[in-house]
Amino acid sequence: MLEIKNICKTFYPGTINEKKALNGVNLTLEDGDFVTVIGGNGAGKSTLLNMVAGVHSADSGQILLDGIDVTNLPEHKRAKYLGRVFQDPMMGTAADMWIEENLALAARRGQRRGLRWAITKKEREAFREMLKPLGLGLEHRLSAKVGLLSGGQRQALTLLMAAMKKPKLLLLDEHTAALDPKTAATVLELSDKFIEEGHLTAMMVTHNMKDAIVHGNRLIMMHEGRIILDIRGEEKKKLTVEELLEAFTKASGTEFANDRALLSK
Amino acid sequence: MDAFISSLPGAAAQGIIWGIMAIGVYVTYKILDVADLTVDGSFGTGGAVMVVCMTNGVNIWLSMLIAFLAGCLAGFVTGILHTKFGIPAILAGILTQLALYSVNLRIMSGMANMPLSVMKYNLLLSLRKIPQSILVAGIFVIALIALLYWFFGTELGHSLRATGCNQAMARANGINTERNKILGLILSNGIVALSGSLITQYQGFADINMGRGAIVIGLAAVIIGEVIFGKIFKNFALRLFGVVCGGVIYYVVITLVLSLGLNANDMKLFSALVVAVFLGIPYWKKLLQQKKLTRKGVQ
Repeated sequence: MLEIKNICKTFYPGTINEKKALNGVNLTLEDGDFVTVIGGNGAGKSTLLNMVAGVHSADSGQILLDGIDVTNLPEHKRAKYLGRVFQDPMMGTAADMWIEENLALAARRGQRRGLRWAITKKEREAFREMLKPLGLGLEHRLSAKVGLLSGGQRQALTLLMAAMKKPKLLLLDEHTAALDPKTAATVLELSDKFIEEGHLTAMMVTHNMKDAIVHGNRLIMMHEGRIILDIRGEEKKKLTVEELLEAFTKASGTEFANDRALLSK
Repeated sequence: MDAFISSLPGAAAQGIIWGIMAIGVYVTYKILDVADLTVDGSFGTGGAVMVVCMTNGVNIWLSMLIAFLAGCLAGFVTGILHTKFGIPAILAGILTQLALYSVNLRIMSGMANMPLSVMKYNLLLSLRKIPQSILVAGIFVIALIALLYWFFGTELGHSLRATGCNQAMARANGINTERNKILGLILSNGIVALSGSLITQYQGFADINMGRGAIVIGLAAVIIGEVIFGKIFKNFALRLFGVVCGGVIYYVVITLVLSLGLNANDMKLFSALVVAVFLGIPYWKKLLQQKKLTRKGVQ
C-alpha cells in the first residue's frame, strides 16, 4: 500500500541549524497494516508522516501510495489518498465553521469543488448517522461551530473526517498527545474501530510505549532519522515496555530519550 | 444642526455605496483572513474604467461589468504576488496598489480627474438624484448579498471559507489553498471596483485619489457593523447587511463631526483614529480579562 524508498530530508541545509531529520528511510506497508511509530525526541517520526502527507518535500527518495508515485505531488493533491489527524486538536477542523460544514468539506476530499450546494439533505442525514457512534451527542449539534467543541470532541470529529472517505492510508500524528488520559483512551478506541471497520492501512505516531505495543499489528522505532526496529506479528503481541527499551538501547547504542514517553511509561 | 439633517440622505447614499466596497473588504479581511491593501488602488481603477468606458460610448451596464473585471484583474495580480512570489499579503497589496496609481492614470490618459456628468449621460446614481441613488445602491446591495450568500454556500465557497479559517486543515482535505486565496482576492477587488464605478456615477467624476484610504473606510464599516450588529446578526447574509449598515453609520458620523466643525482636511486623521480604537478594543478587552483572572489567581 505504501512504499517509502530511501527518503532523506535535511532541514535548513548549510546553516548552523542544519538538521538531518530523515536519513534514508525505507518502509513498505502491506494492505491493512496498522503500524505504530515510536522514537526519541527528534527521531523523525512526525517528519516521516509529514513527508508522506506532502507537507515537506523529500530531498531524495521516492514515496509510492498504492503504486502511485506521489513524491512530487503537492499536499492538497495527495489528500485524496490520505486521512490525517494531527497532534493539535485545533488543526484538523475549521473552528469557525459548523460541524456539518466540516464534515461536508471532508466528504468532498479528492473531488472537484464546484458551484453545487455544499451540503445536500441526504448528506446531512448521513452525517447524523456517522456521528451517532461517536457517542458524543454531536449528531444533535450539526449546526454548532466546531470552535465550541472540546479538544477530545474535535479530535473525534477529525478522526471521523479522516476516515469517512476510506483513505488508502490513515496518518495519525500523536493525535492523543494533547488530550487528558480518559479522552485519549476514547479517541484511541475510536481509531481502532475506524481502522478495523474500514479495513484501513494506518500509521500512528505515539509517545506512549504501551499504546504502541497494544495497538496495531506492527511497530517501528525510529532513531536519528532511521528505522532501527521493525517488530510485527506474534513477536509484537508478546512485547513488553522493558523489552522495547532494551531493544532500543541495543539498536541505537544510546539510552531512549523521549521525556514524555518515559514519563508515560 | 439643520445642515446636518439635510445632509443625512446624501450621507446614507454614500454610506451604502461605500458599504458595497466594505463587503469586498469583508471577503478578504474576514473570510480569507488577509488584510488586502490592493483596494486603495482597485477602487480608483473601477472609477477610472467607468468614466473612460462611458465617455467612449459603452453601455452603462457593460461599463460597470468592465470596471468589475478590471478590479478582478488587480486582485489577481496581488494574488499572484502573494502566492507565487511568496510576498506577504500586506506587502503584495501595497505593491499592486502603488502600481495601480500609474495604471489608473494611464486609463484616464494621464488626467488626474475626469468628469462624468449626469447631464450628458444617463447614470444610475447621482448627487442630484439622492433618493433614486439610495434605491439603486440598495438594490445593488441586496443583489450582491444574495449572490455572495449563494456562492459561500457552494462547495467552492465552503472551500474558500476553510482556507481562511485553517489552511492546514484545508490542504489536508484536498483544498488548493493558494488558488483559493487568489480567487478570494479576485472576487474582493472586483466588488471594490464595482463600488468605485458606482461612486464615480454618484459624485460625477473619477479622481486619481478617490481610493486613498479606502481600506480604512472598508475596515471601519466592517468593524462598526460587527460591534453594533454582531450580537443580533448571526446569519451570513445579515452579517453582510450589517457591514453595509456600518458603512452608513460611518458616513453619518463623518457628516455629523463635519457639521460640528471638524476641518475637512482632518478627516483622514479622524478616520484612522476611529478604526485604530475599534481594532484595539477586542485586544484591550482580552488584556483586561487576563488581568482579572491573574488577580483572582493571586487571591
